Amino acid sequence: MEAFYEWFRILYEDTGINLPFMYDEYDRGRILNGLWATIKLSAICVLFSVIIGMVGAWLQGSPWKTTRRIVNVYIQLFRNTPPLVQLYFFYFAVGILIPRVENDWGGTSPLIDSFGWAVISLSFFAGAFNVEIFRSGIEAVPKSTIEAAKALGFSRLQIYKDITLPLALRVVIPSLNNNLVNLVKTTTLAYAIAVPELLYESNQIWSDNVNVTEMMLFLLVAYFVLVGILVWAMNFWDRSLKIPGFGQ
Amino acid sequence: MNWDETKPMVSIKDVYKSFGTLEVLKGVSLDVMKGEVICIIGPSGSGKSTLIRCINGLNDIQSGSILVEGQEVNDPELNKLELRKKVGMVFQQYNLFPHKTALENVMMAPIRVLKHDKEIAQKAAIKLLRKVGLEDKVNAYPGEMSGGQQQRVAIARSLAMNPDVILFDEVTAALDPETVNEVLLTIKKLAEDGMTCILVTHEMGFAREVADHIYFTDGGLIVEHGNPKKFFENAKDPRTKEFLSQIL
Amino acid sequence: MKHHPYKTDLPVMLPFKPVETESFGSTIKLWYVVPILALILGTSAIAQSGSDIRLGALQTLMRWMPLLLQGFIFNVLISVMAMAIGTGLGAALGIGQLSLNRFVRSSSWLLTQFFRNAPWLVLLFFAMFLLPFEVNVFGIIIPLPDWVKATIGLALPVMANVSEIIRGAVLSLPSGQWEAAESLAYSRRQTLWLIILPQCLKRMLPPWMNLYAILTMATVLASIVGVSEVMTLTGEALAAEGGRPDLLAPFYAFVLLIFFVYCYPIARLTVRLERKFSVIN
Ligand SMILES: Nc1ncnc2c1ncn2[C@@H]1O[C@H](COP(=O)(O)OP(=O)(O)OP(=O)(O)O)[C@@H](O)[C@H]1O
Ligand SMILES: [Mg+2]
Repeated sequence: MEAFYEWFRILYEDTGINLPFMYDEYDRGRILNGLWATIKLSAICVLFSVIIGMVGAWLQGSPWKTTRRIVNVYIQLFRNTPPLVQLYFFYFAVGILIPRVENDWGGTSPLIDSFGWAVISLSFFAGAFNVEIFRSGIEAVPKSTIEAAKALGFSRLQIYKDITLPLALRVVIPSLNNNLVNLVKTTTLAYAIAVPELLYESNQIWSDNVNVTEMMLFLLVAYFVLVGILVWAMNFWDRSLKIPGFGQ
Repeated sequence: MNWDETKPMVSIKDVYKSFGTLEVLKGVSLDVMKGEVICIIGPSGSGKSTLIRCINGLNDIQSGSILVEGQEVNDPELNKLELRKKVGMVFQQYNLFPHKTALENVMMAPIRVLKHDKEIAQKAAIKLLRKVGLEDKVNAYPGEMSGGQQQRVAIARSLAMNPDVILFDEVTAALDPETVNEVLLTIKKLAEDGMTCILVTHEMGFAREVADHIYFTDGGLIVEHGNPKKFFENAKDPRTKEFLSQIL
Repeated sequence: MKHHPYKTDLPVMLPFKPVETESFGSTIKLWYVVPILALILGTSAIAQSGSDIRLGALQTLMRWMPLLLQGFIFNVLISVMAMAIGTGLGAALGIGQLSLNRFVRSSSWLLTQFFRNAPWLVLLFFAMFLLPFEVNVFGIIIPLPDWVKATIGLALPVMANVSEIIRGAVLSLPSGQWEAAESLAYSRRQTLWLIILPQCLKRMLPPWMNLYAILTMATVLASIVGVSEVMTLTGEALAAEGGRPDLLAPFYAFVLLIFFVYCYPIARLTVRLERKFSVIN
């Protein structure tokens, strides 16, 4: 392993291509932290935004007009305003209203830290798109299938959970995939509120080492790989959901 | 459920139903005793499906009364889920849940709706699938079965709820001629076991064989009814006569 | 009328229309701005009750409004320029993706995928740091101020997305169109420019407009790299007021409002066009 790391130092000395996070332990720690934060942020936001999508689509089918309206307003507001401003709004404007709690060092810190606000803000942002995606999937479930469940005495929630949603899920995965890829890319916004994610840590490294070009290319490759993993996982999920004899 | 044998199990009185301005049922009345098999026949669009869908509350009615075991269906306060535990329904398009195997289709409602124990529900479901002659299709998905097989699963699914009465809406209309018989035979066995059945059908021979009583609908009214012998041999109403002459 | 039962042995799903861009619109109305307005007024009213010496939050916001709106006009300017550059480059790249030359085709594809999968903010940094501060074109020195670099940085993802839009639209045309043109002895180039692309324009319009809305909302990213657009000015205004916490909500809500008022009608129009074209097709 050491030899492998050394190789990058030699690469730097010979060619000037400087990837300090490969040979320098401190920088390696930074990049791994950043990578881990990005992965964590992406995974949590994917999870929450999908839940928001499922719940929102359920509320959109509510018999109450007010409920449906609120969901529609939510969707339109989050779709048609910049996610960065949404993030600032949550972090600064809502953030000051949140009580502070005592921390380990005897001082106080906000109940929700910048990572937490990034999760909330980005989940709601991507969730707004997910609601529409799920709704379009639900529309593809035939009414007669739902009637069969009704006739068996299923409640509205049971029908949604056991019949509508599982069937809708199978047709929306490609659209969902697109949106979640966007979400992973959008996690870079967390940089703006100093969440130490991949972009933030890379920025630290290029400030110290003046190796912007290398770090930029590294970032492009890193996000390409992260997105690739997500797409691969979604395809895997899609295939595992295939029902024999079902679909086109 | 022990229902007093002297009173009709399903009692429909003077039911009116319209979709917008289209009047579909214009004062329909009929009674079904426990263990009785009744057939509803009539030209397309005469309101047969609409009528039986009112019995389990899939359609609301504008006026009149539908009593199922003494309970008023036309009551906004009615707990439809309770009603639907007592009234099973089998559809023309089978409407199985495509993402569930035959076994899961059958045991799902008992587990979810009746809160039966999973193992007990599974045993019962296997028994029912054997009863409809599908013990070898237990783990098949709907997409892997023929129409006749799917329809028999649908019958088993409905039976699994242990209903007091089952509604059949043209359950053989979507089937290939070769598979019609296997489904009719299944229903006939049910009838012989004493299940209360309300059937909408175009199979005149079958109606004649199994029905205790036949109702003929036209234009949202019951124009004639009687036992099969009287109905087929001595129809009085010209509309019935015309219909029978076309079909027989 | 006899209704025919749909006959099948397979369980069916209804046709599914994937949501790529906008597909929502039957009930959308402009009154959706009301909640944001309520937010501004509500938060400033609450803030007001506490502070009587200083100017109320709403009045303060009013005072800064002209400056913020000017900032927003700058955002619009950046978005229009980035859209123009991105569309131009993207069109070339998209047509490159349809080239018969394998090398051109695969390198266009690779370039498209590369820029499409990169985060917008990373591409923005990419342009900010890697573009020189001036370029020398035949001896004429053209300076590249930050905002021009930011515009180019934002044009990169636009380029990749336009390229994909073009490819998608051309591939969605029935192949009969190509064959018909071929039988009329058109060259491939003629077929593409005279027959295929004109037909695709209509299909490309809704996703292109949607992309523009996304781009407009992305222009605030320029604040992160120091361009004086609306978000930067908002931050400066808040600092100039001494970091009063009661101003935060109304000011940020106001920025949200400006973008909403600008982008929402675009979204609605997109939905309308999409509907109209899908009926025609
Ligand atoms: N949900 C609905 N909304 C509007 N009209 C309806 C609806 N359901 C049924 N109808 C109309 O009500 C009339 C009766 O329909 P119904 O399905 O009860 O006829 P049917 O006797 O079952 O005919 P078939 O033998 O073709 O199944 C038809 O004219 C039909 O178009
Ligand atoms: Mg019918």
